[in-house]
Amino acid sequence: MNYRGSAKKLLESSGISIGDLILIEKDDVNYQGMVLDRSADADDQHIVLKMDSGYNIGVNISNSNLKLLEKGEKPKLDLKPLVIKEDPDKKDISIISTGGTVASIIDYKTGAVHPAFTAEDLLITNPELLDMANIKGKAICNILSENMKPEYWVKSARSIYDEINEGAYGVVVAHGTDTMHYTAAALSFMLETPVPIVITGAQRSSDRPSSDAFLNLLNSVGAAKSDLAEVTVCMHAGSDDTYCYLHRGTKVRKMHTSRRDTFRSINTTPLARMKEGEIEIITSGKGYKSRGTVELKLNDYLEPDVAFIKSFPGITGEIIDYHLDKGYKGIVLEGTGLGHCPDQLIPSLERAADYQVPVVMTSQCMYGKVNMNVYSTGRRLIKAGVISGGDMLGETAYVKLSWALGHCEKLEEVKKIMETNIAGEIEEKSSLDYFLQ
Amino acid sequence: MDWEKLGLKMGLEIHQQLDTKSKLFCPCSSNLTDKKADYKILRNLRPTQSELGKIDRAAFQEARRKLRFLYEAYSQETCLVEADEEPPHPLNLEAVELAIVVASLLNMKVVDEFHTMRKQVIDGSNTGGFQRTGLVATHGFLETSQGKVAIENLCLEEDAARRIETTNKGVKFRLDRLGIPLLEITTDPSIHHPEQVKEVAYQLGQVLRSTKVKRGLGTIRQDLNISIRDGARVEVKGVQDLDLMPTMVQREVERQIKLIEIRDTLIKRKASVEDEILDVKSVFEDTDSKIIATAPAVKGLKLTGFAGLVGMEIQPGRRLGTEFSSYAKKLGVSGIFHTDELPAYGISSQEVDRLKEFAGAGAEDAVIIVAHQEEIALGALEEVKRRAIMCFEGVVEETRKALPEGNTEYMRPLPTSSRMYLETDIPTFTITRQKVQKIKNNLPELPQEKKERIESKYNLSEDLSSQLLKRDKVDDFEKIMNNLKVDPTVVASLLAYSLRELKREGHSLDRLDLETLINTLKLLEEDKISKDAINSILIHVSQENTSPLEAAEALDLLMLKESDVEDIIQKIISQKEDMIKQRGMGSMGPLMGIVMKELKGKADGKLVNKVLKETIQQFL
Repeated sequence: MNYRGSAKKLLESSGISIGDLILIEKDDVNYQGMVLDRSADADDQHIVLKMDSGYNIGVNISNSNLKLLEKGEKPKLDLKPLVIKEDPDKKDISIISTGGTVASIIDYKTGAVHPAFTAEDLLITNPELLDMANIKGKAICNILSENMKPEYWVKSARSIYDEINEGAYGVVVAHGTDTMHYTAAALSFMLETPVPIVITGAQRSSDRPSSDAFLNLLNSVGAAKSDLAEVTVCMHAGSDDTYCYLHRGTKVRKMHTSRRDTFRSINTTPLARMKEGEIEIITSGKGYKSRGTVELKLNDYLEPDVAFIKSFPGITGEIIDYHLDKGYKGIVLEGTGLGHCPDQLIPSLERAADYQVPVVMTSQCMYGKVNMNVYSTGRRLIKAGVISGGDMLGETAYVKLSWALGHCEKLEEVKKIMETNIAGEIEEKSSLDYFLQ
Repeated sequence: MDWEKLGLKMGLEIHQQLDTKSKLFCPCSSNLTDKKADYKILRNLRPTQSELGKIDRAAFQEARRKLRFLYEAYSQETCLVEADEEPPHPLNLEAVELAIVVASLLNMKVVDEFHTMRKQVIDGSNTGGFQRTGLVATHGFLETSQGKVAIENLCLEEDAARRIETTNKGVKFRLDRLGIPLLEITTDPSIHHPEQVKEVAYQLGQVLRSTKVKRGLGTIRQDLNISIRDGARVEVKGVQDLDLMPTMVQREVERQIKLIEIRDTLIKRKASVEDEILDVKSVFEDTDSKIIATAPAVKGLKLTGFAGLVGMEIQPGRRLGTEFSSYAKKLGVSGIFHTDELPAYGISSQEVDRLKEFAGAGAEDAVIIVAHQEEIALGALEEVKRRAIMCFEGVVEETRKALPEGNTEYMRPLPTSSRMYLETDIPTFTITRQKVQKIKNNLPELPQEKKERIESKYNLSEDLSSQLLKRDKVDDFEKIMNNLKVDPTVVASLLAYSLRELKREGHSLDRLDLETLINTLKLLEEDKISKDAINSILIHVSQENTSPLEAAEALDLLMLKESDVEDIIQKIISQKEDMIKQRGMGSMGPLMGIVMKELKGKADGKLVNKVLKETIQQFL
């Protein structure tokens, strides 16, 4: 239990544990209810009771006397096990869960939304998915996406590789939304896939009736059955529960802290519109990879020591120097405008070149291409060996640099990889409809 | 009826909107709008696991209907919180304070720590699929003429979205109302007389009106829980009219008694509900009934031993069949037919006979039929079957809707308590004892106390003081009296009656704010006008947008000075010398009339009388 200090002492000395029915006698009032656990960051002066009416209240323990009325069991979720019958007429889709809001439930211990669902729990709460495909669930980790690390990307990639090798017709990855676009980019570089790999999540936790999880999952399973054999992100297209967009994994970004339609394609348009599990491809000439056109391949070497640094008006070379001294193997610098940073950084950037540490420039504008030829600062950066990230998102460039450094060490080779389109992360042409709409 | 013998028990639940500056969990104003929506949002809701791992049965029934919801949203009047696109902002402290004020007025114990809960409501009225609510106080009471009534709970919650219309595509809601702070006050079920319930409702209303609550239609809503000893708890939603409450209680008790009678008869008859739903289309091949002839499917259900009971009246104008029908309607049919009411609606007696024969129904049995699309008809009859089986329990727990004439209609099953779980996006809120004490030391006066106080302090009639209270003018009255030395009765009748009359005559009162009224009455205080001039001045002010003084000047209503009065009297006396010589002091009467006419009410009668008397005496 999370109770601590005085409250914990009082509960223990009264022989009371979570789930017990108790009476709290105070000077002027008595409360009867079931003891619930308390959020770990709350004070130690209150005991939480669930009253008969269903309401929770906190009762201050000063001048109060606790009486145990009935021992109780700690309330827990009681999900009936799922019996899945395989249907030979349906496609086999694997759902891999990593945690996050799409797979979460209220936790008594902290009173907060926590990732707690296994992939199977997802199916229990969304049984309609079983009508669409033979679904195999697998939980590979259970973490909030802000705690994602490159090593988990590798774990996910290997797990997806296994699923596809074992015959999955498509793979859905349930993921927290905060760093979903990093994972999407990482999987895009690590896997050459003959089947769709669809990453999805939820902005409203799946314990609530208005959760966006179901629509996102339904359309993800639909996308996993489709012909679009790329790594994509499938999330709400708008505030309505009507359809989702399928975004290319390397060109998508979380753009709002809370809205359902937080994920947006940047410097490109979505690949497809998903409605009721049906795909409508809208790549408009960009093209996409069809199912079965490549052999399954896993390139899962990643260099973890890559830094992602944002330029700002007061930045000094020290920040760059620090990373060089610490032995970082690569740096993505998110510059201003067309790809600039203050002059005072240039000596440190030249030092990076001397160390054979690649520095890749992206723009904090997010929209548009980096072009260091227009202003003198840019030209000096080129001279210092800074690599242009083109129209790549900073996050994608960061992931790509880790991947590139995982595969080669020579600066020239890394530069070549960074400037070559590998997984749809670079588009030559900037279309008129590639900006905020 | 002998209420005690019947074991009548009632509880009251009142919902009152608070008049706070902003909503409970966001900075939007707590006012409604009738503007065209800036945004429309289309959503679906799904029932989920509650905190205790049980799924609420009321929630499930709603889910079966699979409705889609359309929300009308605004760029100014609503925000991402109402759209369920942003977590709630911290709790509105103004609302918490008002809740503590009301709790204290109801002798309640305020909780030490307020926890915001999510109460599952998936009828679409809340975009999140739950209403946020929290328990503020418990253990209160009210004194009534028939004894103490316990006030069990006072909760602070958010109001739901406004239902704008229901179409076959789904329900349309407007988000303006969602999130307005609402107090929910529940009594225990100890109210035992229909008149007492009305008294409790009245008193609660009075307590609420002593604080900052919203006024007007829809800002207060009352639900009534009713049961009798052998019956079951039934919640009647949306009781608007206090005077109708006793009738409503009586009719619900009547319904429960009849349902118990029906149960006893069914048991005696060894009645049962058939499991099989029959396809009875063939019975009506050449029917004259349009509804049946045009329906793609006609389905029937045999109720063994139910004959005569389905048609039995359980409330004036409502039969057991009506109850069956309200369950069936939830599945989308417009109604059902039953053999107790047939032949009728174009269905012939031969068809009834054939139907009974087809269903194998004897004289004691009833048959229910539904004509609609196959799936809907089957679903509707499943609902009828479910309700018919409930007849063996007598009364069932239900939420029912109050109908205007005092009857009630089935809405949904009674919600169970498992639909409540913690709102994890809002931290718990500690209410210190110091805060509670501070609020208790500054409680507002209750309306009745207020009325009695002004009545004795200003020597007002009981009629005037109760009118001031009823029209919410007591505060204005006291403000005027604190500013001016004028006759309280004049001020009170101006506020209680004159203003209303002006409005009724079609004058706009918009410009007649408190300041204008004070400035007008100030003229009276300074003897510049007579009290009879007030109405004319106010009309002029509202029409011409002038000050009261300018109005009095324009209308020539300013009182004359004593010297002006003397001049006018001198003039008249010199014109009427003959008469004064003839009659002496006896000319006072007629001269008074002439002078007053000349002065057009612009001088006080007493003054005129004095001056006239003196002047005549001098002349003589």
